[in-house]
Amino acid sequence: MGRKVLFVTTDQQRYDTLGCNGGTLARTPVVDRLASEGIRFERAVPQSVVCMPSRSTMLTGQHPSTHGVWMNGVPLPVDAPSVAADLHAAGYRTALVGKPHFEPFLDPFARFTENTVADRGLTGTHRGFEHLEFATHSPLGTLHFARWLQREHPEALGWFYPVLDGDLEVNAAGGRDTGAPQVHHNPIPPEWYHTDWVAERTIAWLDSLAADDDWFCWMSFPDPHHPWDPPASETARIDWRDVPLPAGYPESAAEREALLDTKPRHWRQWYDGTLVSNYEAPKRWVPATLTADQVREVNALNAVECELIDEALGRVLAAIDARGWGADVDVVFTTDHGEFQGDFGLLFKGPYHVDALMRLPLIWRPARSAGVPAATVTRPVGLVDLAPTFCQAAGIAAPAYMQGSPLPVSDADADARRGEQRVLTEWDSELFGVDVHARTLTRDRWVLTAYRPGYVHDGTEGELYDLADDPLQRHNLWGDPACAALQSDLLADLWDHQPPTRAPRLDVVAPV
Amino acid sequence: MGGVRHHIRIAASADHVWEVVGRPELLHLWFPGIVACTVDGNTRTITTGQGVDMPEEIVANDRLLRRFQYRITAPVFQHHRGTIDVIELAPDDTLVVYSTDAEPSVMALMIGSGTLDALRELQRQFTDGGPALEAARG
Repeated sequence: MGRKVLFVTTDQQRYDTLGCNGGTLARTPVVDRLASEGIRFERAVPQSVVCMPSRSTMLTGQHPSTHGVWMNGVPLPVDAPSVAADLHAAGYRTALVGKPHFEPFLDPFARFTENTVADRGLTGTHRGFEHLEFATHSPLGTLHFARWLQREHPEALGWFYPVLDGDLEVNAAGGRDTGAPQVHHNPIPPEWYHTDWVAERTIAWLDSLAADDDWFCWMSFPDPHHPWDPPASETARIDWRDVPLPAGYPESAAEREALLDTKPRHWRQWYDGTLVSNYEAPKRWVPATLTADQVREVNALNAVECELIDEALGRVLAAIDARGWGADVDVVFTTDHGEFQGDFGLLFKGPYHVDALMRLPLIWRPARSAGVPAATVTRPVGLVDLAPTFCQAAGIAAPAYMQGSPLPVSDADADARRGEQRVLTEWDSELFGVDVHARTLTRDRWVLTAYRPGYVHDGTEGELYDLADDPLQRHNLWGDPACAALQSDLLADLWDHQPPTRAPRLDVVAPV
Repeated sequence: MGGVRHHIRIAASADHVWEVVGRPELLHLWFPGIVACTVDGNTRTITTGQGVDMPEEIVANDRLLRRFQYRITAPVFQHHRGTIDVIELAPDDTLVVYSTDAEPSVMALMIGSGTLDALRELQRQFTDGGPALEAARG
């Protein structure tokens, strides 16, 4: 028997939403305990700050340029490499329960497997996962959770926030007390909500395994991604009126606008409602209208969703212990990208490579039988490093197609084994004539972003932040003469280490 | 308004390609994801793989220009115009351009992505044979 792997992902969760990372709003004792027993990463960076490219990186161990999913709406080819397939070939039982999103959700011609398996009565096999049970934020559509709710609790379908409006645009409507966008009162009982459903279906699959099976289970919670509509019975846990404003939210509009004006122009243009470069942000919502109370309410509901995930994970871990597997299971907890939640007066995400979207929660509790001491790693790592880490835990060599390396277990291990530690992030988007292209390097205490020519950039713009002295990234040092040599060095490093690009480029076939 | 345009070259004569493209009742035989198609006068109704019926108005079916135009009239569209142009480049070299303009703009992407698959399937059938060609010759 080898080590088993429970890979837990959430969607769009900030680093500072966990107690072990200094968060004070959500109570996350389960993840905090994993962190105290394992490795807590302080600088885990995604290779893309939107779902489909980032999730494809987790599955393939490749950068977006290489696996080819360069923006949401580009499907990962069915024959793309998959760590799940490699583990399955090595004898592992494999499952993906929850949100996949390697293929578009908006699929009127039913061309993608993710959208058709439930209606075909199937639970596998796809991309190396022998067992599939899918869920996303909405109870509508054709995924397994939606079909279950439509069948068992049809009265609940209208209780959720409608993710799309009547024009099939991402809904900008607000609700609850403050009218914040994508905030909604949802009377659904917790046991009908997708968080509990994902945990229960995971437990059911684990219960179906033999005691001596090796397994890899990707448990993928759709929350705390917007809409923020957790079960109403749980929202009293945190009164939004008591929620402090985040450090990254400047209360004064003048201060917000002055900050945004130090950054490349697409920041201010989105804030003012004149440019939308990411379909997932509601285009009819203008960030400049965001109020302090709306930030408080969004953060309160987000924290409730984080708590529900933590509790659901606790039930899964208890089930694993009850099977007698506790000592032999690696648990990895992370997310695909972050969320602004008020930083700079913004919500949601987009081509903005700052900590709100780029600093991710990442906890790795190696199997106790591996004897790895607890540690905190401050060196930068990427989600591209996850797939080789799973291979290492399974005792198989990482395939040559993977571009990352196994996660370090300490800073000393990182320094000894990984050499110069740089992490790359990409953004490309093209939607109806508006294109944005950015490349980012995280190295040492610096994060540098260079914009390639596009709809609003001429190729000279960029951002450079000192993560040590400017943790909120308020001072853009790009173009500062005092930093010219540093900027030049980081830029050369960035362009020297760009990953291979898939050719021909894959097509965008849906908005998301 | 959103617009999406795709094109493909097919190693066949423009007249031969038009024999398929100009027959609106054959669409489901070369458009992946459309499972059925009926034509009644200027109205065509397609059924998608999700089981959704979508009515369309045939706006132009011009064999001289080799242009087929249609409009999806389902209420979810405030506007739609689909245009397929079959353009002769050489005796056995044809360019097919499939344009989609729609409001809401998101619908242009959703429909437009299907049109790219359709062009590829049309090209494949002119290489390997297929039901649309057989029906056109029928």
